[in-house]
Amino acid sequence: MFETPGALMRAAEQVRDAGYRKWDCITPFPVHGLDKAMGVGRSRVPRISLAGGITGFCTGMSMIWFMDKFDYGLTVGGKPLFSPLFAFPVSYELTILFTAFATIGGMFLLNGLPMHYHPVLNYENIRRGTDDLFYIVIEREDPRFSPENTRALLERAGGREITELEG
Amino acid sequence: MSHAAETAPDAPAILAEVNPVAKPRAELVGHGRGFSWITEKICGIAEEKTPVWWWYCFISACIVASFTVAGLIYLVATGVGVWGHRSPVFWAWDIVNFVFWIGIGHAGTLISAILCLLRQKWRTSINRSAEAMTIFAVVCAGIFPVFHLGRVWYSWFLFPLPNSNYIWQNYRSPLEWDVFAVSTYGTVSVLFWYVGMIPDLATMRDRFASVGKNIRARAYGIFAMGWRGSSRHWSNYEMAYLILAGISTPLVLSVHTIVSFDFAVSLIPGWHTTIFPPYFVAGAIFSGFGMVLTLILPLRAVYHLEDLITQYHIDCMCKIILATGTMVGYAYAMEFFIAWYGANPNEGFAFINRAFGPYWWAYFIMVSCNVITPQFFWFGAVRRNTWLVFILSLVVNVGMWFERFVIIATSLARDFLPSSWGYYSPSIVEIFTFFGTFGVFSVLFLLFVRFLPIMAIAELKAVTPQADPHAAGDHHPAPGHG
Repeated sequence: MFETPGALMRAAEQVRDAGYRKWDCITPFPVHGLDKAMGVGRSRVPRISLAGGITGFCTGMSMIWFMDKFDYGLTVGGKPLFSPLFAFPVSYELTILFTAFATIGGMFLLNGLPMHYHPVLNYENIRRGTDDLFYIVIEREDPRFSPENTRALLERAGGREITELEG
Repeated sequence: MSHAAETAPDAPAILAEVNPVAKPRAELVGHGRGFSWITEKICGIAEEKTPVWWWYCFISACIVASFTVAGLIYLVATGVGVWGHRSPVFWAWDIVNFVFWIGIGHAGTLISAILCLLRQKWRTSINRSAEAMTIFAVVCAGIFPVFHLGRVWYSWFLFPLPNSNYIWQNYRSPLEWDVFAVSTYGTVSVLFWYVGMIPDLATMRDRFASVGKNIRARAYGIFAMGWRGSSRHWSNYEMAYLILAGISTPLVLSVHTIVSFDFAVSLIPGWHTTIFPPYFVAGAIFSGFGMVLTLILPLRAVYHLEDLITQYHIDCMCKIILATGTMVGYAYAMEFFIAWYGANPNEGFAFINRAFGPYWWAYFIMVSCNVITPQFFWFGAVRRNTWLVFILSLVVNVGMWFERFVIIATSLARDFLPSSWGYYSPSIVEIFTFFGTFGVFSVLFLLFVRFLPIMAIAELKAVTPQADPHAAGDHHPAPGHG
């Protein structure tokens, strides 16, 4: 447990440099630069958003082509039955809508949310992780984990109240 | 930052050192309040017992909202004629109200999305309430396009479904574009608002759990999706938030543009003009910020949020109102100029008619409220007087309603053929239906204030100086080391 973002960041760098992979920080807000300190790469959400956006645009255009030209040609003022120009506003809106769905769905997917049960959530003292304190959590499955060494590392990094969690 | 000026050996040194003045950045959270104070302050609002004033406001809002409900039931049962629409004015208060409410909604998205992209950190104390305002405004707006149809039960014909006449929808029409635009806008706004709230709902869940209120903790916890503050999650979350902000920006611009196309693609003099898209968008932001101030200033006073919504925040909002109000004023002048310069007799008449015709009184209200009143915000003394800012924000909203009324009613009442001219007055049903929507809005907003975090707790903490890992006193080496 750490009390300032700076202390957390120093500790995170030490954990990263020690070679741990399955570990995490708990913070009440996103800390600037923590991703780098943890060695975490750029988020993959944008790829999913792009896929959503392209789907939206193509859906809009093909839907309108199908409806106003192919299936039942709707003659309005003798104008062309389909034109990307008049189909654009609706396709544009659908692009945005599908991008939003893809972004949020992608974020949930990559985060594994909803995840209403997790050992961290069962730990009473972690409650202040969403309030004003910062934590580092190292998982037992990590190949470098060992009860003594990991605890020693966290103590060296400045952590207080180091506890083992159930589950 | 200082550097020594190089001089020739025997020339006098003008300035041996240059020391630029360090202008302090405005404090975003007053009195250097810390993280737990922020949490306590905002969560405390939803956690405490319901205050009495809330009940008074809520009951009044329900009564006012019932006007809309009653009005709409009477409308559907009897027919759209109860709204007083007569030839030639077939669009009146219904469409004015629709554009009015949608316009108000745009400020919320602007605060959340556009100010996020522009990295304006002061948005963090107002964005949650502003987004809530957007959603409730879209709800109020959406009532009108559906109910003004007359045969409301055919409104499903608007959606891309095979309908009972075996015909598809007409995608050339801005009215159809409106369906997609407003639906997308409503959906994306709700999603953006909800995703933004997930970390704060987790905070509230944890607070309830730590005092043993498990039912409420569970209720908030379901919606918090099991958020635990994991920084790996924050990484994806921040990216998703940025992308949503990035797409909401063109969304807000396009939605009101499409709404303006409802008028601009017609042939009616006074409507058929290319200035409408930017003019409507600027006007929407203008009226929306007026409504944001109308809502935020009372909340700030009642809950003593002066440390979170500081004078700097109010200053920024007033300046945006000033800027967009000036743009709207410029648009009025340009319309007039082009009507004269274009030498189109119908267009020219439309504008003379607005100022001197039967609706001259509405035009006068519009110009004085929209062009003159924002100019008061040039003066710091006005911006610092909270009561005056509140009154001016109400005036802005009145003015913007009248702007839409002037655009719609004057152009329809007197268009091409003098023999078709008429005068429109609203019926009692129409008046009550409109004022009832303020009740609907208030009911929703009061529920939001009572149960949900009214500010973005996590974002607020992130913009305090204490949140900076490189803050002075933290002894963390300066950036550059990785």
